[in-house]
Amino acid sequence: MNKKHIWGALLLIGSLTLAMTTLSWSDEDERWEHERGEGNRFWHETSNVPMLTNKAYQTECSACHFAYPASFLPERSWLKIMTSLEDHFGENAELDNDTQAVITRYLQNNAADQSPSRFSRSILRSIRTVDTPLRISETGFFKRKHHEIPNRMVVGNAKVRSFSNCLSCHSMAEKGSFDEDAVRIPGFGRWED
Amino acid sequence: MNITNLLICVLCVLPIYTASASEQVIQQRLADYRATGAADFDATRGAALWQQSHVQAKLGKAVSCRSCHSTQLQHTGQHLRTGKLIEPMAPSVNPERFNDSKKIEKWFKRNCKWTWGRECTAQEKGDLLTFLQSQ
Ligand code: HEC
Ligand code: HEC
Ligand code: HEC
Repeated sequence: MNKKHIWGALLLIGSLTLAMTTLSWSDEDERWEHERGEGNRFWHETSNVPMLTNKAYQTECSACHFAYPASFLPERSWLKIMTSLEDHFGENAELDNDTQAVITRYLQNNAADQSPSRFSRSILRSIRTVDTPLRISETGFFKRKHHEIPNRMVVGNAKVRSFSNCLSCHSMAEKGSFDEDAVRIPGFGRWED
Repeated sequence: MNITNLLICVLCVLPIYTASASEQVIQQRLADYRATGAADFDATRGAALWQQSHVQAKLGKAVSCRSCHSTQLQHTGQHLRTGKLIEPMAPSVNPERFNDSKKIEKWFKRNCKWTWGRECTAQEKGDLLTFLQSQ
């Protein structure tokens, strides 16, 4: 192989990498776009949930439900979930060891304890230190935010079925927004309180 | 061959490869099932298995593959418990289906166990795949 070709290949790889990093920068801007207030953009409290994600997490943990934000449960909860996948809320969600390790690390690094989002702080405050909830929908914060919603709109609603089905009501959840204004309960429309 | 040419070749072949990926993956699965002793596969038997219902112990209700994958394979299904929408199973409307052997085996294992309380045999998996592929 001659030198010219090696340089050509390097150049190609280089420009591809550059293009990709530029793309992820613009993503980052969008992600923090709704951030409130000024100051250091990464450590200031935010109302948007960081949706920095991980491919393995996205593939494996979004098959049966919405891939919940890592920042909505403390590290100890994720560890308990990740070590009991063979009996996961009555389903078998077992993974091979490598995938399990990758996802566990991702969840640990992005758990509520690590996140600057204001929801994470409220969620942590609403859990007693002796408790390790396995559900976001079990935390005091979640219950407080959702207690006004009657059962007929959730369990009795074929398009929702369960509070675990975040995406059915929070239409922007995949973009990291749980804003009340974006809530549409299927069959009932906008939420006014 | 130089690297640039090689790259161009790979890039050109990629789409052709993915277009027929599900076909190839299914053939490979069927060959593996045969190698473990399964006989010929039959879509009619697969269709019957697909509808067969069993009482799910933890749920206390009769369920079948259709409980989550919709009664019509061309339609979007819905997870029985979480309510999440599940993309159609029929490869004719959803080309993303059946293009990864590991994924197929993972879900056969989980779903057979959950729905029927036991793993599916190689014969049953072959019949089911033959049926699903024809949709
Ligand atoms: C085989 C299907 C399946 C897979 C795969 C799966 N889950 Fe679940 N998950 C469920 C079910 C069923 C529930 C309970 C839903 C309900 O009660 O409505 C659930 C609930 C949850 C909840 C609690 C939601 C709440 O109510 O706050 C968390 C957290 C969770 N899963 C995390 C994960 C993680 C992390 C992964 C990936 C390692 C994963 N799940 C993969 C089926 C699955
Ligand atoms: C049945 C529809 C429904 C489901 C399902 C649902 N929510 Fe909500 N959620 C709402 C409504 C309505 C509100 C606004 C309540 C209010 O403040 O009056 C809300 C509020 C919230 C808020 C607070 C928003 C704010 O700006 O204060 C968060 C965070 C949230 N939900 C997260 C979740 C998560 C996570 C899940 C899934 C585990 C979920 N929700 C499932 C309807 C739903
Ligand atoms: C409790 C809900 C549920 C039931 C019941 C269920 N499945 Fe599934 N199935 C899923 C989910 C969730 C996926 C993964 C999401 C996806 O591929 O869209 C899946 C995926 C699959 C796949 C992988 C498809 C692919 O593209 O590779 C196969 C094969 C499959 N299911 C077969 C079956 C069979 C056979 C039955 C009956 C024995 C069954 N399922 C019953 C929920 C279910």
